[in-house]
This record gives sequence, C-alpha cells and structure tokens, in this order.
Amino acid sequence: MSNHQTATPPPRKAWRVPSYWPFVIPALIVVAGIIVFPWLFTIWMSMHEWKVGAPTTFVGLANYIRLPSDPRFVEAVGHTITYTLLSVILPVIFGTFAAVIFHQKFPFRGFLRGLFIMPMMATPVAVALVWTMMFHPQLGVLNYILSLFGLPAELWVFHPGSVIPSLVMVETWQWTPLVMLIVLGGLSAIPSEPYESARIDGANAWQMFRYITLPLITPFIFVASMIRMIDAVKSFDIIFAITQGGPGSASETINLYLYSVAFVYYDIGYGSAIAVVFFVLIVVLAAIMLYMRQRLHWNQTGGAA
Amino acid sequence: MFKNTLSRRTLLQGTMAAGAMSAGGLGLGPLPALADPQWKKYAGTKLEVLLAKGPRGDNFQKNIKEFTDLTGIEVESEQVPEQQQRQKAVIELASGKPSFDVVHLSYHVQKRQFEKGGWLADLSGFMKDPNLTASDLTESDFSAAGLKYAKDDKGRLLSLPWSVDYFILYYNKEMFEKKNIAVPKTFDEMVAAAEKLTDPAAGTFGFVGRGLRNANMTLWTNFFLNYGGEFLDAKGEILTDGPEAIEATKLYQKLLTKYAPPGVSGFNWMESMASFTQGRSAMWLDGVGWAPPLEDPSASRIVGKVGYTVVPAGPKGQYSATYGDGIGIAAASKNKEAAFLLCQWAVSKKQGARLLQAGGGVPFRNSILNDQDVRNGVKLPKEWVQSVIDSAKISKLGLPVVIPVAEFRDLVGAGVTATLSGGDPAAELKKAHEQFRPILERSEKS
Repeated sequence: MSNHQTATPPPRKAWRVPSYWPFVIPALIVVAGIIVFPWLFTIWMSMHEWKVGAPTTFVGLANYIRLPSDPRFVEAVGHTITYTLLSVILPVIFGTFAAVIFHQKFPFRGFLRGLFIMPMMATPVAVALVWTMMFHPQLGVLNYILSLFGLPAELWVFHPGSVIPSLVMVETWQWTPLVMLIVLGGLSAIPSEPYESARIDGANAWQMFRYITLPLITPFIFVASMIRMIDAVKSFDIIFAITQGGPGSASETINLYLYSVAFVYYDIGYGSAIAVVFFVLIVVLAAIMLYMRQRLHWNQTGGAA
Repeated sequence: MFKNTLSRRTLLQGTMAAGAMSAGGLGLGPLPALADPQWKKYAGTKLEVLLAKGPRGDNFQKNIKEFTDLTGIEVESEQVPEQQQRQKAVIELASGKPSFDVVHLSYHVQKRQFEKGGWLADLSGFMKDPNLTASDLTESDFSAAGLKYAKDDKGRLLSLPWSVDYFILYYNKEMFEKKNIAVPKTFDEMVAAAEKLTDPAAGTFGFVGRGLRNANMTLWTNFFLNYGGEFLDAKGEILTDGPEAIEATKLYQKLLTKYAPPGVSGFNWMESMASFTQGRSAMWLDGVGWAPPLEDPSASRIVGKVGYTVVPAGPKGQYSATYGDGIGIAAASKNKEAAFLLCQWAVSKKQGARLLQAGGGVPFRNSILNDQDVRNGVKLPKEWVQSVIDSAKISKLGLPVVIPVAEFRDLVGAGVTATLSGGDPAAELKKAHEQFRPILERSEKS
C-alpha cells in the first residue's frame, strides 16, 4: 500500500534530505552498533571452528549439525522448557491469587502490599545464597519445617529429581509479586457495575471471579506471562549461584551450558551456535504466545465471550 | 624471624659465613657459589602481574616490597578469584596483547592450553644465565611432578613451579578414639572405618568429600590412580572408563552415598570442610592446603583434634593425586628478564619457606621442604608436615594432561555425581566418555 503511494508522489518539490535525519542517525548508529552488529557477528562466529588460542576456520553449519547429537545440549533444552513452564505457571497462579486478595479492602493493606513485593527488590544472587542455606539438607530451615510436620527430610537442590522444582520455588517466591503488581493494576481498572448486577442476580464469589474478574484481567495476565516467560527462559543468576547446573547436569539450562561452552571451554564458535539457537527458541516461544493471544482475543478487554 | 633471611645476607658476606651456616645444620642443598644474579640491572622497570586469589597471591603481595627494594623493579599486581582469573588470563593471552607480564597459572587446568597457544616465554635460557639466575635455583631442585608440569614436550621450561597441592586424608582423632579405630592405611580399612563412624541418627558420618560435578574429579582420581588407573594410553586415548575407573567409581559411590552427609552431591571443598570442622564427619580427603582453617579456633570446632595422613593405599598402589600452580611470563611481555627475576623471587627459598610455614601452600623445591629449619618454623602440627613430605614421595599427576580439561571434569564429573543418586558406575562412565571422546579428538587434531 505504502509502495503505491511512494511510487506516485505528487511532484511538489525535489527530494532532499529530510530534516529529521540528524536526530535519527545517532539512535541508528547505537542500534546498529550494540544490537545489529553483535548479532551478525555472533552468526558469523557460529559458522567457524573458533577456539581461543587456536586459528579459526570456516566450517559452515557444522556447529549447528553438532547440536542435535550433543546429549548435554538436548538435555539442556529439556531443562529450559520445564523450568520455564513451571516458573511461568506458578507465579501467574499465585500472583493472580495474591492480586485478588490485595484488591480487597482491609487494614494495613498498603503496608502488606509493600511487604509482599520485597522479594522482587532483592538481588537474585543474594536471594540465591540465602536459599542455598535454607536448602541445606542438614542445617537448612526447610527440612526443619518439614520435620515439624513429621515429614521426612528432602534433598531439595541436591537431588536430580527435585532440583528443578526447588529452583522454581525460588523463582516463584521472587517473581510472584511482579505478576501481582501487573494484575493489581488490571483489577483496579475494572468497573464495579458488573459486580453489582451479578450480586443482584445471585452470583457467588467464585462465579463473580470466574465470569467477570478473570475475563477482564486476562490481558494483564497475558502481559505478565509474557514478561515472566522471557525472564525465566534466560534465567541464569539463581541457577548458577545455587547449583551451577548440578547435581551432575540435572539443572543445566541452555543459558548455563552456553556459558560453560563459551567461557570455560573457550569454544566460541560452538557457543555462538548455541546462542543463535537459543535466540530462535525465545522468538518461537514469544511467537506462540502472541499467536495464542490472537486466537483467544485476549487483546480485547472482555474476552472472546 | 626466618633463619633463611640470614642466608642471603651471609651469602653476600662470603664463604666463611656460609660455612658456618652449613655447620649449623642448614641444609642448603648444593652450597651456593658466590654468583648472585644482577638484581639491580633492570631497576626502574615496571611489571604487571595477574594472580589468582589465595594464599600464594597473599604471600606474594605481602612481601613484594622486599623484591622492589632488592631490584628497584616496580610491581603492580592484582588478585582475581580463580575462575575469573583463568578466564581473564586466557582471553588476554589469546588477544596477543596481555595487560600483564607475569601470570599465575594452574597447571592441572591450563598446562596444555597455554603450551598450545604458545603464550608463555621459554625460560630455559634464563635458567642457564648466571647473571639472571641465583645458583641455588636449579631445575633438579624442583620435584619431578613440578618439572613435568612446567616443561613442554620439547623439554622447554615455560614456567617456574610455585606451589604443589597433594591430596591427604584429614581425620577427626576424637571420633576415631571414641570408637577405637586405627587410622586407615588402605581403602578397605577406610571403608570399614567409615562404616563404623557413621551414625545418621546422631548426625555424624564416616566420610566427606567433594560430590559436586567437576570439583569431584580431583577426589575421584585418587581412587582411580590407586586402583592402578592411567589417564591416557600411548596414543593419547583416554582410559577413564576402563575397569579401574569403574572400580574407583564404585568405591566413590559407596563412600559418598552410605557414609557421607546427605546432599553431598552438591558439596565442593567448602561444604566438605564445613561438615568436617563441625565435627560431623570423621574423614575428609582433600588438598593439603586446608590445614590453617582447620586449626583456626574461630573457624573450626576441632582444633587440635585433626589427624593428617597420606591417602590410603588402593589394591594396585598408593598415590596422592597432585595438582599445582606455577608462575610464568607472557610471551608477549617486553620485560622478560625483569619478569624472570620476579618469578625467581616468587619461588625463592625465602618466599617458599613463608608459604609452607603459614600452611598456604607447599613449594615444589626440595631444598625448601628438606630444610629442617624451615620445617621447624611451620606453625601447623608436625603430622601435617609429615603428611606433606610423605605425599611428595607418592605424588602422581591428578588429571589427564590434555587441552579440554574443563570438559573432562564437567562431563566425567557429571557422570560420577550421577552415581550418587543411583546411577550405575559403568553405564554413567560410558555415557560420559561417549560425549568426551569426540571433544578430545577435536581438540588434539586442530
């Protein structure tokens, strides 16, 4: 369409450099320098056998071909997906629940809200170190709490089977408040009339939540999920500080594996290939969510109904 | 404070004093001739040094003023935590323009990598030059393991061996006495002792050691070597999934699952040490350098109760897995001679004695270890010194000398850790080596 317009411009005056160019160029240079160039360079590196201290050779797609046959990478993809799914779903459920509670009027609400968002403000590495102590099977407070209820001691992050759920617990604890803040914003934008008429019609609290609140806040939940998804997929600090991908490689996500390959094994070419695939994975996940949004008409307040 | 501060002064004074010294029982090794390097020749030069954080770095920085006073060479040094220091060194050396002249390197991780990169200056020539090298610094003074680490396959000396790390067995004497158990001399005795000392209800365990992937390989290789394992065959093929490795892993699995505290699969040396210093674990197999914190009342509940001995013997031998670090000169440095004087000072008898006496490391030089006066100055228990000396006799390199050491430790280490949650030793090792072999092949052929 726009082509059509530019193809037949009204011949008013000769073309000259638009006056806004001087203002746009600095931004363009910055974007090209810190976003476009590193990306092109990463792709270029991923096509090379590139090890620190050795001459580089062009190998085409060999690094990419190596990926599917690398069990550590395949496992890392699995860990990343599990980790991401859990750390999107849990904070979204708890965050929505918390938002509904904090939307009610009760004494000290402001103070308690402030208290609730504290975890979000803490540095992830500091959080991770505190949780590492809490997870300690002998000295940690979590097993002490379990023992109060007569439950057997758990190994938490020290067992391959429970390490990802344990890490997700930390992630959930830290990022539930973010979801709550976003959803809370949504809740305060809902008009009160639908509730009044629902009450007249005899709806109970659950029905009001399910058929009025939930559809109205779905767009906000969607935004929160999107932010959580992008955050969770590239989560590094919490995992690295608590387990470094262990025990064994049971909690090694793509991000951690990528770090090892590039900065511990100094295999820059292969590392770049992983980075490219990782980027594609994030884009695909985001695209799936956007597609779901379109399908479910989450973008229209009020939902498909 | 140190007897050997005298030795330098007396050396300058002449043979008579030197004679008096040896009469006094100071075993200086081969009596030094009068030749001293021309320390002052490079006065005014400025050197940059990249150190790994730790007791070696501390000992270096604490006394560096003495070197500047001696030579007139200015030294700027920084200590960076080990992992980051390794990264920084590799990235800067690979760039061809490192910001440092002298670098502290970790032999068991970086030896082959540095050699292949050609990043270190050849010191063989300097060693032969009496204007640069004190006569008491000879290659033969370094232990065999040190020379093996410092020399490349062409026999060139690329660094000076600085500090060696043997694995020794730390044990809690009180716990052993309570159960009336003798100090284990073999693996079988160690397992039997661990079994008797384990009482999960009381929260005490017989054995503790590194279970964390990667870190655990330094412990595991003690078992591997003592089951008769060799890392590489003549063709450079890796052998750590052979029968010796499987036996070693079985022992590792048994000790760390049955007789060790829960969660040991996430333990590095720090967590292991915590369990040991709390008196919750009776035996701990780790590097020789941890004695100072064990004997420090503010960090340990078992001061004075720690026993030190060599790694127990396995069915096919008795070795102490040995690691170490050295100090070398960047090939790109413009001040190689001055840098050599600095390296020489860092591994000098005086500095080495200080390191040993503080328990911060064990010098590779026999003339320091065998010096009775130096030994007498050690503040740690006599047993510790004895375990160091005995370990030197059974020392064997603790990791395969290959380029992808980090990959080896990560992959095989992950397999070994997996056995702690029920994995089958043979199957896990096989799986790990299926991943590691192609990496090794790729690195050796490129």
